[in-house]
Amino acid sequence: MLSSGLRVFFEGRNMARLMAGLLVTLKIALISIAICFLAGLLAGLLMTSKRPAVRAAMRVYLESVRIVPVLVWLFLVFFGVTRAWGLNLSGELAAVLVFVFWGTAEMGDIVRGAIQSLPVHQRQSGMALGLTEAQIYRHVVAPQILRRLLPASINLATRMVKTTSLVVFVGVTEVVKTGQQIIEFSNSKNPAAAFWIYGLIFILYFLVCYPISLLSRRLEKVWAY
Amino acid sequence: MNQEALPLLQIKGLVKTYGKAPALNGVSLSVGKGDAVVILGPSGCGKSTLLRCINGLERIQSGEIILNGENISNPGARWDLVRQRVGMVFQSYDLFPHMSVLDNVLLGPLKVQKRDKAEARRQAEGLLARVGLLDRKKDYPRQLSGGQKQRVAIVRALCMNPDLMLFDEVTAALDPEMVREVLDVIAGLAEQGMTMLIVTHEMDFAKAIADKAVFIVDGAVEEESDGEVFFRNPRTERARRFLNSFQYESRRPRRKTGAAPSGLTPVPVTRATMG
Amino acid sequence: MLNWAFIAEKAPAYVKAAGLTLKLAGAGIALSLVLGLLCALALYYRVPVLRRAVAAYIELSRNTPLLIQLFFLYFGLPKLGVMLSSWTCALIGLTFLGGSYMAEAFRGGLDSVSKAQIEAGLSIGMRSLALARHVALPQAFLVALPGLCANSVFLIKETSIVSIVALPDLMFVARELIGLYYNTVEALGMLVFAYVVILLPVSWAFRSLERRFRYAQLGT
Repeated sequence: MLSSGLRVFFEGRNMARLMAGLLVTLKIALISIAICFLAGLLAGLLMTSKRPAVRAAMRVYLESVRIVPVLVWLFLVFFGVTRAWGLNLSGELAAVLVFVFWGTAEMGDIVRGAIQSLPVHQRQSGMALGLTEAQIYRHVVAPQILRRLLPASINLATRMVKTTSLVVFVGVTEVVKTGQQIIEFSNSKNPAAAFWIYGLIFILYFLVCYPISLLSRRLEKVWAY
Repeated sequence: MNQEALPLLQIKGLVKTYGKAPALNGVSLSVGKGDAVVILGPSGCGKSTLLRCINGLERIQSGEIILNGENISNPGARWDLVRQRVGMVFQSYDLFPHMSVLDNVLLGPLKVQKRDKAEARRQAEGLLARVGLLDRKKDYPRQLSGGQKQRVAIVRALCMNPDLMLFDEVTAALDPEMVREVLDVIAGLAEQGMTMLIVTHEMDFAKAIADKAVFIVDGAVEEESDGEVFFRNPRTERARRFLNSFQYESRRPRRKTGAAPSGLTPVPVTRATMG
Repeated sequence: MLNWAFIAEKAPAYVKAAGLTLKLAGAGIALSLVLGLLCALALYYRVPVLRRAVAAYIELSRNTPLLIQLFFLYFGLPKLGVMLSSWTCALIGLTFLGGSYMAEAFRGGLDSVSKAQIEAGLSIGMRSLALARHVALPQAFLVALPGLCANSVFLIKETSIVSIVALPDLMFVARELIGLYYNTVEALGMLVFAYVVILLPVSWAFRSLERRFRYAQLGT
């Protein structure tokens, strides 16, 4: 009975629908990742600002993002904002907003860590060689910070892809929702559908995230010194 | 030296290779009970490797290590038992950072030898007192100077009541002014008849303490002599050159004849000569 | 503006749900620590076969979302004849997720214990079990502590999705109130308040714990 349940993949356009759902998931993830990588650079600079007030504000931002679960943030934006201000956000937009809000804080913290981990004497030896401020930045600081940055930020990308699974809570028809629809539709004829569909989604997520994780680890090894 | 008794430690044809590169190439050596044996040689010659082999920290390819008549190098040897009879002190002290001085010293006696707590503690405190560190027994390693840490490391090894002590360049990582306090402890042990193998670069100390000197070059024993003989009149040419490399000749230009022999030549004299 | 009567009326439901969230998080963290330590030891001692299985488990766990893991456990497995209660599903899911994170933290700690420390232990005749207990693990634990604490906070937050396997946790109550009464602002306000009340003291406590244990910043 279980293996006959496999036919759920081949009925109608089920497989194509699941893949279309996966694309929605990936689209939300990619847009969020792209925005928060850029915004995160800025946030990281602000977190290392010379002004205590700026640093304090960024600290509050980071802590509030970290102390409340992403799913709760998603509910706050999707249901709360809609209700409080009468704005009507689509699920996708709410998801992207929340993921960017969250990812920017995390990315900013990664950037801050990379900047602060650069030993002072690296800058100083640049100065001792008579390099200009711009040259120091271009040849000494930037390359080292980038190397420290990349593995951790790619790791963050994996986390963001995984977190996109939460958008099913706000009614976006992505891969999980599509899967649920297929299961519901075929439940009477094919009770084993749930096993196969959820199993497949599990594997799909793994296939997306694993290569990204591998890349991150690769870079970490290659660039360790 | 105890010539007639069975040697405490005997090493026969010891071979140790890293990959293809030989580190020890057929080293043979015997150490009598109560001997202080100093192992010398240029860096990379295999001195430290030899000590590490005796304590089972390196696997050997062939040869025999015989301690008290028992072959400890065969594959079935219980190194944990051997190591309780062979104490070792490392260049970098390697105290356990999460334990106080006293706990560092007591770890082996209590957890490995399962000795009575009060008795082990009495011995530990006695040994700490002997190296002048009893008042630091509650401190953690990070609160001690290098020389103090190394003295604790020696006590940690001694508290196991070993038959043999191995000292692996124990002063090499120390600031110069701390070397003496550690070497004095080792010299005191030698006086009391502890059997020991010492790898060191402190030539004056080696000369003062060595009952026997073993000179190793490229993983093989080049010369094995009585300590006094070795330092006064080594038999081999390489040992002679090695010992000479520790002598410095003055490179300052010689003063003209007539100048006072002391470096503190009074200025008026010079001026007087110039006339 | 806020409907305080509604808040007062529903507050007990949140308190009860917070209890469930805490109980689940506590059990999940404890089991994750045990599983993580065992996995890290299997990797550290290079136990044949087992270390491959552990490596595969860590990859699988780290590269899939908890939500999908729970869906599979709760809806998928019964088709194989394996019926698990909501609570069991949530606990298994949380442990499956947390175990790999804790394993990585422990492994980082173990890797940081220098070879010289191990040799120092060997040289006083310690065998591998005593060595792990008295020398390697205490030092590894101190290095791993910040990671273990961060993972614990992470796991408490991850419990927020167990409402999908019908466990009445904080999120579940909030969702129900939004659906039933439409007092969205109050329901969400109490939800955020509950998480802040739980997580703020926890993260402060962890921070002071880390500070207290930083003594071993390590001088051998």
